[in-house]
Amino acid sequence: MKLDAKIPEGPIQDKWTKHKFDIKLINPANKRKYKIIVVGTGLAGASASASLSEMGYQVEAITFHDSSRRAHSIAAQGGINSAKNYPNDGDSVWRLFYDTVKGGDFRSREANVYRLAQVSVDIIDQATAQGVPFAREYGGNLANRSFGGAQVSRTFYARGQTGQQLLLGAYQALAKEVESGSVKLRTRKEMMDIIVVDGKARGVVTRDLVTGELETHLADSVVLATGGYGNVFYLSTNAQACNVTATYRAYKKGAFFANPCYTQIHPTCIPVSGEYQSKLTLMSESLRNDGRIWVPKAKGDKRKPREIPENERDYYLERKYPSFGNLSPRDISSRSAKEACDDGRGVGATGYGVYLDFKDAIARLGKDTIAERYGNLFEMYERITGDNPYETPMMIYPASHYTMGGLWVDYNLMSTLEGLHVIGEANFSDHGANRLGASALMQGLADGYFVLPYTIGNYLATADLKKIDADAPECKATVKEVEDKINKIINVKGTKTPSYFHRKLGKLMWDKVGMARNEAGLKHALEEIPKIREEFWKDVKISGTGAEYNISLEKASRVADFLEFAEIMAYDALDRDESAGAHFREEHQTPDGEAKRNDDDYRYVAAWEYKGVGQRPELHKEQLEFENVKLAVRSYK
Amino acid sequence: MNLKLHIWRQKNNKANGAFEQYAVSDISEDMSFLEMLDVLNEDLIVEGKDPVAFDHDCREGICGACSMTINGNPHGPEKATTACQLHMRKFKDGQEIYIEPFKNKSFPIIRDLVVDRSALDRIIQSGGYISIKTGSAPDANDIAVPKSKADVAMDAAACIGCGACVAACPNGAAMLFTSAKLKHLNVLPQGQAEKKKRTLAMVDQMDKEGFGSCTNHYECEAACPKSISVEFISEMNFEYAKARATAYRD
Repeated sequence: MKLDAKIPEGPIQDKWTKHKFDIKLINPANKRKYKIIVVGTGLAGASASASLSEMGYQVEAITFHDSSRRAHSIAAQGGINSAKNYPNDGDSVWRLFYDTVKGGDFRSREANVYRLAQVSVDIIDQATAQGVPFAREYGGNLANRSFGGAQVSRTFYARGQTGQQLLLGAYQALAKEVESGSVKLRTRKEMMDIIVVDGKARGVVTRDLVTGELETHLADSVVLATGGYGNVFYLSTNAQACNVTATYRAYKKGAFFANPCYTQIHPTCIPVSGEYQSKLTLMSESLRNDGRIWVPKAKGDKRKPREIPENERDYYLERKYPSFGNLSPRDISSRSAKEACDDGRGVGATGYGVYLDFKDAIARLGKDTIAERYGNLFEMYERITGDNPYETPMMIYPASHYTMGGLWVDYNLMSTLEGLHVIGEANFSDHGANRLGASALMQGLADGYFVLPYTIGNYLATADLKKIDADAPECKATVKEVEDKINKIINVKGTKTPSYFHRKLGKLMWDKVGMARNEAGLKHALEEIPKIREEFWKDVKISGTGAEYNISLEKASRVADFLEFAEIMAYDALDRDESAGAHFREEHQTPDGEAKRNDDDYRYVAAWEYKGVGQRPELHKEQLEFENVKLAVRSYK
Repeated sequence: MNLKLHIWRQKNNKANGAFEQYAVSDISEDMSFLEMLDVLNEDLIVEGKDPVAFDHDCREGICGACSMTINGNPHGPEKATTACQLHMRKFKDGQEIYIEPFKNKSFPIIRDLVVDRSALDRIIQSGGYISIKTGSAPDANDIAVPKSKADVAMDAAACIGCGACVAACPNGAAMLFTSAKLKHLNVLPQGQAEKKKRTLAMVDQMDKEGFGSCTNHYECEAACPKSISVEFISEMNFEYAKARATAYRD
């Protein structure tokens, strides 16, 4: 199968406008005859459901949460980018496009990124009109701040809760449509599989998390807005329930998975304190403006930080990268912390932490200034760790945070499985090999409010969609498959909990397919993943039955999919024999430790096709053309 | 540390529930409260027993999924802290801890500590939004919003929709929740067009769901993990009375 991205012809500035003109419209009176299922109610899913419903389509919105307000978009702190140029500092759609392509280390699709930058201005208008309480200047206009990878101030924010406020805006828009009756909202239902009829995605099978009942939902098209797969590492900044199941099951049904090896690691998170740890909490990167990062020079030095004299400390970032020091880019900071810890010089109970010390900044600027800048972060840190950062250094460590990879989609956001559209973090399209700060919220809302609602209309207007009902053999077969899988898990009756396997897989993925990768490590991972999977199917133990609210079954089902998915990630990382953005192959780096791309051989999107569990998936390449941004070495020096 | 837990166990909405006792040992003081429950659940699964069901997700105090009452306090004893952000160092070795679901007749129990809070969603659906269609918004800077109003809107909008205010209220009122959303939208220029309709609809829905009324205990504010102010309640009452009294004009 040849991948066709369906990028419209013409100059990049005109592609989206021209495309919107070319796509077939559906008469307003006919829209209500079409039904669309949207799985997920985060930024992308809620905004898409609300917009499609406003246009007149019948929408069924499905979430596994108890309320559509809980999706993990809610936890995004920093902000949302938009090329509004309100600060009058020279920003433009072109500059946001340029920064995003460059930030993605030239592994994203130009046409998609340009469209993203174009609609970014509409998102701010839309959210403001909904009442999202963005920060304001005293004159009453919207305030901006700057973020990594940009020289302009284009980030809009609502205190440290921008994701929460944007999600509530979309949630309220969705609530409005639920009230009007044109969105049917289904809560506490987890998508278990896609129903494919005549090669087209026509519905989903869900499991009711309260009763365990398997249900068939049918539609003319299905939209997945089910987020990323960062929890493949077990520990991450993602919420507990975030998982790969929806996208992975779609992959097994024919949707290609693109660039799974592009996973972003955030350098400043609160480290693991013990085996029991369930998640990692992100601390704003702004702390690195005033904190100094260090570890003891001696291996295994267990003294308290204040007892370690100055000359026995290694301020390793300042030493290795004198010009950038503690503000070195995310990937470099993350990898250097890992190196120090792997060398036995990490601190804290587990040895996987480094100090972030404010002693000098407090001496220089005074406690009050530091409190003004970081007071709320220090409080949050103390609540979690019990340590007071004014008196003792913070401990930080990198953690998995966001996944740029996802299901492959064309310009219309449709996957290789006809009729299946994928939006938000669940698709792969806009961030290339690395996402810039404050761009995740932008992309989720761009897809949901302004892109998908147009492009899906073209699909519905042109597709040949026959009538189907839940008794169709395809539906029954899919329900049966799901049922069999659940029974298979229940019948293992082993001795170990689903979390045991998740932790084991996560540790392997973090060590070998994490922030620094090499050929030997990746091959090792490809040998080990099937072993863990095999052990899972021999020895997993869950409680209760399939016909009840069953948290161990839910968890086991998600872990089972991670255990298969992890393998494609490792294949992709092994196959991509270059470093690009967040994908760092130790074999390919510059003398100062920067990622070294190989544009001649790897300037493509790697889209993987399912070939069976444990089988090597088949690689399909979408060649990337850079006609507007010149290929260059990404440098922030 | 070692602890004695008394946890409300209830198989489903129709079954009878009861407290059951569990001893947990070797609990690290660095664990979060939910991680302590994770440890218990891992043991229960291995022993072939049903793990304790509880709602949770982000574990960083923002999604609002946590819904347990710990020793009589929704989200536990720590001020302005959700259960997921509560850490075991706040407890003493050997302590007895009572854990039960958020209790309110409008929050039916689903299982153990999991309750159905969809009544809160229905209050939002009744009018907790500004009716603007995608694509029809004016330029964001066309309407200037005074910083003070934007700030108070944000104070109110910080609500995470957990329902602790309801669980804490002796009357089972959802007035802090409802008034926070009303304040958020009613204080902004964008929210003026639907202000009266919104206020009437949301308050009426709140009553229809069976929630109680405020008699100034202020337990809601004390339990709120985001410290949302009870002042919004008095304002809601005022706005509601005004809207009711002038409803004939619309």
